[in-house]
Amino acid sequence: MSSERGMSEGTKLKSIGEAVSRIQPGSRIMIGGFGLAGYPEGLVEALAASDIRDLTIISNDLGSRGVGLGKLLTNGQIRGLIGNYYNWNPEVAQAYSEGKIQVTLVPQGTFAEAIRAAGVGIPAFYTATGVGTELAKGKELKEFNGRTCVLERAIHADVALIKACKADELGNLTYYKTARNFNPLMAIAATLTIAEVDEIVPTGSLDPEAVVTPHMFVHIITKRERE
Amino acid sequence: MTVTLPISEEQAKERIATRIARHFLEQDRKLVINLGVGIPTMVANYIRGGNIFIQAENGILGVGPLAEGDKIDRQLINAGRQPVTETPGCSYFDSATSFGMIRGGHVDATVIGAFEVDEEGNISNWIIPNGKQLGVGGAMDLVTGAKQVIVGMQHTTKDGKSKLVKRCRLPVTGFGEVDLVVTELGVFTFEARRLVLKEIAPEISLKALTALTEARFQVSPGLQPMALS
Repeated sequence: MSSERGMSEGTKLKSIGEAVSRIQPGSRIMIGGFGLAGYPEGLVEALAASDIRDLTIISNDLGSRGVGLGKLLTNGQIRGLIGNYYNWNPEVAQAYSEGKIQVTLVPQGTFAEAIRAAGVGIPAFYTATGVGTELAKGKELKEFNGRTCVLERAIHADVALIKACKADELGNLTYYKTARNFNPLMAIAATLTIAEVDEIVPTGSLDPEAVVTPHMFVHIITKRERE
Repeated sequence: MTVTLPISEEQAKERIATRIARHFLEQDRKLVINLGVGIPTMVANYIRGGNIFIQAENGILGVGPLAEGDKIDRQLINAGRQPVTETPGCSYFDSATSFGMIRGGHVDATVIGAFEVDEEGNISNWIIPNGKQLGVGGAMDLVTGAKQVIVGMQHTTKDGKSKLVKRCRLPVTGFGEVDLVVTELGVFTFEARRLVLKEIAPEISLKALTALTEARFQVSPGLQPMALS
């Protein structure tokens, strides 16, 4: 992204560096992606290159050891994790067993719904998933239609770092294939939503029927500089 | 007790996947299924015709064969992070919608692996607490939400221990959720929460299978040789 064009006051378009400078130490940060598909690579690289620490990362997984989101752990920037699948990055179990980080596991569907719930103003919800298992320990139970359910709370974040395919200048977003995953959910569940996109197009050029995340949820739009 | 079977581990896995694919093909109707990693993913190799739609919880309905060569797109993967292809009529959606399909009972079956399945249809397949794993993924959502839970697993561990057990010893993923278990040695169903042997592999006698299986099971009056093909 050139530093002048489209950068008038009030614009949501920022450089990756400016975007990351808005993140405070100790923040709860949602990061989109599933494995290495659909995570905001430029933002994660810039965060990993920063000295912003004590972070709670809310994400499906943590990439692989030293790769993608895994860099944040290797760098010692993480205090806590909330997510569901860390078997692709063995450094997580290691750091957890050494007492270096806290980890809260949430079943993947409950995790997705808890993020959505935060975005749509639902503080908690009941689900049958996980009832009786270690992941439901200490949580309230209630029976509905003969089935025991567990109360799960919404998951909110200070910042969401998401990946989309295209943004228009207002911040309407479209997604690409399985890179969509948690991104549209996280977009609505954080106080500050930063979207990294592949392409920024003029307002009016996206098919309104194709917009998945309406612009009101997006605060900053950024794009990787071409190398 | 160890039984040396005249089939290799690879053949065992293929047999399990083939038998589960047959279970779907026999129904001869439109089905939406979710396949876990390992043996369950292999089921896709034996599914023919356009009636069976594979859903992956990372947000796709209509998963095609694994992608190779220049077809590989790292933004198009299944839940096991393998690059896949699209089938005609494929669609994409976010993770909440994906698990809405699962939790909401819209997915006809999930095929998953397991460390243990017990006599009450409880399943342990999310963690071996050895300090090296930390992850649950969608396992709990899938066993709780899918209309039918099909376990595809080898009959014994690498040490020859039965994976069909009296009572799960590992942390449980879901209680009383399993409907069908297919191993290389037999096909079992749960009927009124009791384990019933429906089909038995040609290489093994009922006596030997009973000795090899920790869980107690009933033998179906209509016990059949395992349908292989």
